[in-house]
Amino acid sequence: MTDFQVPSWGYWVMGVGFIVFIALLVAYIHKNRGFKRPFFASPYVLWLIVFTVLPCLLVCYFSFTDPAGNFTLDNFKNFWDSNYNARKAIDPAELDTYLSMGLTLNDLGLARNSINIDTLVFSLWMAFLCTVICLLLGYPAAHIMADRDFKLGPTLVILFIVPMWMNFLLRTIAMMSLLEDNGLINTILEWVGIGRQKLLNNTAAVQVGMIYNFLPFMVFPIYNVLNKMDYKLSEAAMDLGCDKWHTFYKVTLPLSVPGIVSGITMVFMPAVTTFYISRLLGGGKVQLFGDLIEAKFLSTSVTEWNVGSALSLLMMILILASLGLLRKADPKGEGGGIV
Amino acid sequence: MKALKRIYLGLILAFLYIPILVLIIQSFNAGESRAKWEGFSFVWYGKLFNDPNIMHSLWITLSIAVLAALFSTILGTLAAIGIHAMRKRPQSLMLTLNNIPMTMPDIVTGISLMLLFIFTRVERGYVTMLLAHITFDTPYVILSVMPKLKQMNKNTYEAALDLGATPMYALLHVILPEVMPGVITGAMLAFTLSLDDFTISYFTTSPLVQNLSTLIYSQARKGIKPTMNALSALMFVVLLVLLLLVNKRTDEEKS
Amino acid sequence: MKKMVSLALMMALCLALIPAHAAQEVVNVYNWYDYMDEEVFEIFEQETGIHVNKMYFTTNEDMMLQVEVSPGAYDLVFPSDYCVERMISKNMLAEINFDNVPNFVHIQDSLKNPDYDPENKYSVPFMWGTVGILYNTKLVDEPVESWGILWDEKYADSIFMMDSMRDTLGVALKYLGYSMNSRDLIELKAATDKLIAQKPIVKAYYVDETKDKMVAGEAALALIYSGDALYAMEKNEDLDYAVPMEGSNVWIDPMVIPATAKNKENAEKLIDFLCRPEIAQKNCEYIWYSSPNADAIELMGEDYTENKTINPDPDVIQRCEFFHDIPDDKLTLYNNFWGQVKNAK
Repeated sequence: MTDFQVPSWGYWVMGVGFIVFIALLVAYIHKNRGFKRPFFASPYVLWLIVFTVLPCLLVCYFSFTDPAGNFTLDNFKNFWDSNYNARKAIDPAELDTYLSMGLTLNDLGLARNSINIDTLVFSLWMAFLCTVICLLLGYPAAHIMADRDFKLGPTLVILFIVPMWMNFLLRTIAMMSLLEDNGLINTILEWVGIGRQKLLNNTAAVQVGMIYNFLPFMVFPIYNVLNKMDYKLSEAAMDLGCDKWHTFYKVTLPLSVPGIVSGITMVFMPAVTTFYISRLLGGGKVQLFGDLIEAKFLSTSVTEWNVGSALSLLMMILILASLGLLRKADPKGEGGGIV
Repeated sequence: MKALKRIYLGLILAFLYIPILVLIIQSFNAGESRAKWEGFSFVWYGKLFNDPNIMHSLWITLSIAVLAALFSTILGTLAAIGIHAMRKRPQSLMLTLNNIPMTMPDIVTGISLMLLFIFTRVERGYVTMLLAHITFDTPYVILSVMPKLKQMNKNTYEAALDLGATPMYALLHVILPEVMPGVITGAMLAFTLSLDDFTISYFTTSPLVQNLSTLIYSQARKGIKPTMNALSALMFVVLLVLLLLVNKRTDEEKS
Repeated sequence: MKKMVSLALMMALCLALIPAHAAQEVVNVYNWYDYMDEEVFEIFEQETGIHVNKMYFTTNEDMMLQVEVSPGAYDLVFPSDYCVERMISKNMLAEINFDNVPNFVHIQDSLKNPDYDPENKYSVPFMWGTVGILYNTKLVDEPVESWGILWDEKYADSIFMMDSMRDTLGVALKYLGYSMNSRDLIELKAATDKLIAQKPIVKAYYVDETKDKMVAGEAALALIYSGDALYAMEKNEDLDYAVPMEGSNVWIDPMVIPATAKNKENAEKLIDFLCRPEIAQKNCEYIWYSSPNADAIELMGEDYTENKTINPDPDVIQRCEFFHDIPDDKLTLYNNFWGQVKNAK
């Protein structure tokens, strides 16, 4: 069918590989005279190889090849300059004719174009903004709920968890119907006398949607850490003459860093890679990096997959790097995921 | 000060809940319009249960979640036991490998699996979606079983073997009961994760096999029908009740 | 032992959870959203016992990619004319056995042996229509005669464009006086600039959402397919449809069978069924596109023939052109320029 699919001998290789794996396992068990516990992990090792390592290698392979399967760095060059592939596709003679007419590449719309980078930077900015706002909104909320004197705290936390477990597409749709031209907010605005505003299909709508979706992911880990924290520490600080704010800065805040880190991870990561929120709330006008990748794979043509793979690979590296940085801030992973 | 705090919390919760509440109220609207209230009615709930598309995808969602949770729990528990008993080097290698699916952005996981299925000419559909779900569920099972294994006495397994137990017997009757709480947490985590997944399912299934998320996404493009509001309302209520029940139970256990 | 039994029971339960694949005759249909009266499929199922699996796509480009990467998943597809051209050139289509499609006789002769399928081996026309502007007469006072109205600042934030590469680029090309099939770099660049300049006043880029949003009165103007326009006009009488004088796109959506189809004969049965005049009529009265079925048109009578949206005047058709397939190297340019529009800030 299509060129990139595995050739028939590939199945032989896979089959032989599987048999070799089993044979090695059996030989190893035999050599060690008996079944050791580590062997319990072998089905999962196989699973990881087939469904995690192999797909990742495939993405790498596509990133470094052209549609014909030859090694190339063009996909990355195309990331840097989104017109790179188009310039290559055009007949050089045709291009020369235009250039000799005194037209520049810029006139032809083929000069270096930084769309991909701009979109990435824009996505990072949106995700950063979303993370900061979630932190600013979420930290005080978590702090209030974790207060020992606040009896309602544990019950209210449940209310923060419920939306987290509810299908986020339904939640985004809920937001969408609120922001619509004849949605609740506009109806109220008109009733008050301000008049209808354009609330949907712009950057702000996408940002609100992201905050709305991810805020609980910030509140919960911070609450967890604050809740487990030894309240005697802050009491001791107070007894030693610290005022309220000082205690917060010197004791509570540093101790809640693991929760903050975990919250940042859980908000920033999905915020960078989202594509459905911008699609639903941005009306096709707001493109994030996730949209760019999704479009390369699902709505153009197979020849774009190589470029799309390169973009995915870059995103993966970016995420791993930022995770590495965050891990440094919370080496033991105390913040704990809740997911 | 105290009142201020409460108002603040109230505002945040309002931000989170007003959209959902509006959806729920709209689900009882007799008319299709979102702007006009045309009377209270259960008509959309009736339509919801008679909509074959929604019912079919509900079935797919639930069956995939159950199967994925089951398989990933078995696979993950075995793996956790194995990894726990490994020497330092292979252990850290395995843990790193195990971390990859968790740290990878969903969209990249989805795309890479899609590439794998297309590359190997496996027709995308129910089975591929299930495989994908097991793949992203298992690391979380391992993550929740590992701490329980660390708490266990290292020598009980060896003692069981010395006393003549086969590895399988020792696994089932010595290790498993000890780590059961972790296994159950892992299974529940896996179940909810796969119940909620959109991105990975979106890339690994065919238009014929839709789970709720992908169905909602495709319907959202055509304009939201009030049946979707009814579905949201139902899911919200079920979730709220479940969580409150679980919470009550844990509270009772504590006291 | 008890445990083993319960384990076995659990396994059995799990197996029961896997959706049963009954050994039933099926046909997998891949169609546009809202492009078929679903009752028609029900009648077909009752008549033949063949179960119709329905799948949907939004743009031609999505569809072609899916047919290419999921061989065997689709038995009957509804691409547009230019895509049929492309799919034929890529050997993606199976020849239809016309012995199984006796109802083909009902198709208008003028639509047989079309440019995209000169020997008429691969396709049977399903519907045809135009692309134009749907406008709300309460919000638009002036007559809609030119594509230029879509660039009018007066309607800022009240215009829906199409999230579909060929259609939207085609309109910009046409507005500038070029062919919708332009392969000329300078013309394409000019159209791209035009669309980027328009982006700030566009409310959203939609395809399937447009008609319902126009019915709800959420915008003054929308780029739309003629059938969607009629659907909207039925539901909201303030709406009207026009094909601008610069000309537009006239298209045919034929039915084709992918080369990899697993149920080719069932697909042929369904094609034949859909060509039956009463069925074609039922469909046509539901989705409001123009029928290629001469006998169905006769059945529908004056309501249909008098309708100018369904049956544009010959001079309107004269101004319109068909899309044609764009060769791969130029398609890269199209993709590239469309990307520039979509990602423009």
